[in-house]
Amino acid sequence: MSDFGQKIALVTGAGSGIGRATALVFAREGATVACSDIDTESGEATVRMIEDLGGTASFVRADVSVGADVEAMVQTVVERYGRLDVAHNNAGIGGLGKPIVQHSLSEFERTMAVNTKGVFHGMKYQIPQMLKQGGGAIVNTSSMMGLVGLAGISAYSASKHAVVGLTRSAALEYGSKGVRINCICPGIIRTPINQKYWDEFPEAEKEWLSIEPIGRYGEPEEVAEVVVWMASDEASFMHGHALSVDGGATAQ
Amino acid sequence: MTDGPVSGGQVSSGEFAGKVALVTGASGGIGRAAALRFASGGATVVCSDIAEDGGHETVSLIAAGGGTASLVLADVSSESDVESLIDITMHEYGRLDIAFNNAGIGLFGKTIVEHTEDDYDRIMGVNSTGVFLCLKYEIPAMLESGGGCIVNTASKAGLVGDAGLSVYSASKHAVVGMTKTAALEYARKGIRVNCVAPGVIDTDINTPFWQANPGAYEEFSKKPPMGRMGTAEEVAEAVAWLCTDDAAFVHGHAMSVDAGMLAE
Repeated sequence: MSDFGQKIALVTGAGSGIGRATALVFAREGATVACSDIDTESGEATVRMIEDLGGTASFVRADVSVGADVEAMVQTVVERYGRLDVAHNNAGIGGLGKPIVQHSLSEFERTMAVNTKGVFHGMKYQIPQMLKQGGGAIVNTSSMMGLVGLAGISAYSASKHAVVGLTRSAALEYGSKGVRINCICPGIIRTPINQKYWDEFPEAEKEWLSIEPIGRYGEPEEVAEVVVWMASDEASFMHGHALSVDGGATAQ
Repeated sequence: MTDGPVSGGQVSSGEFAGKVALVTGASGGIGRAAALRFASGGATVVCSDIAEDGGHETVSLIAAGGGTASLVLADVSSESDVESLIDITMHEYGRLDIAFNNAGIGLFGKTIVEHTEDDYDRIMGVNSTGVFLCLKYEIPAMLESGGGCIVNTASKAGLVGDAGLSVYSASKHAVVGMTKTAALEYARKGIRVNCVAPGVIDTDINTPFWQANPGAYEEFSKKPPMGRMGTAEEVAEAVAWLCTDDAAFVHGHAMSVDAGMLAE
């Protein structure tokens, strides 16, 4: 893979799951990684994991649903490292496992605020910095549920569809200005978000396997490799794309 | 209830005879055209909008055509408004068979970086939260009525991106997501849920954009492969068809009504 050695990568939701795995792969490829999370302890743990492997990273706390937090997050990264080359807007919360009628307005709004508005805030503040330095690459985390539905997670599915919309539109706006924007649509990945859901709904862990033609759940590291590739120069003509990393789930 | 029920007393047969249809965003454009279409098919139409004057006009137009309609003012981004909209409908007519969740707003011509958080909140509040709230309160009413059909208004921008429409596009993608999930959840309970994805339609929602961008009207007219914009009535026909039994196996679908724009 092309050299990330001079590059500064920002990963939100870096304290666990796909975010942590991606931060580790960026670091492995030589990038300096700004790890962001709402949870300081887990975010700092990711930084230590990177440092233990000989990489360079630091923590910056942000609640991505808060515009001022995201603005400050980007500002902090630029103050620390002088630039921002790659952003992985990944922070998100999971589905609730109940029909749309049983979702409260506040549950719907909370899901949209983190998963969708968080990505909106991310791009709103990252793009101007990338334009200033002549370009950059953004990879947002959507979901296979950003392309299809699944009973029980209407708000989550709405929020992830919206991420695909933001990704495509922003890509059309900034493609000719050097900022590449894509998103990934992971299938069912063995992440803490899903583990929490399975703890609450144990039957789902068995049932959801039928969704995966590959016959197993994905691992965060398998998504991370795809994210880092999409952010690399090898993927220079990939733009405005929602890339499935889903074991074939949406192919059926 | 602001108006009515007002009845012209002439339309009693048709594919929607005996049915109660709710249309949000009924004061103009696609919503008005759909309200008129449901009424001409024999439905009793509950017209809802935030705009009172346009709502009154739609009700009058339906009555003048011999149909039956009433106006209930509601801001779909307000939970209490939507809850009372459904309560009033059920109280007044005893059932809800068809819902066209169509109220929406647009914001044209700003990049994602130029969108303020306030812009974001307003667009998502009406277009996405509004559809969520309508589904949340309509579905129980329809289950009580023995089933029903729901059509949400998404957009071509709910299926692909559009420069200058990032948040609108996000809000309409979210509508597609909710349409699919709600469809999966209620597939075996007698409620069909679909959405329409209109392309460039010549409605009032676009007027500020035409005014702010001279020449845009002519330019956009050429965009659809058919070489013209669609009319609100053409979208209304598609919506009405989705609500008939002819479309009984169409479910969880985002139907393009865009003269082939998405096929390009």
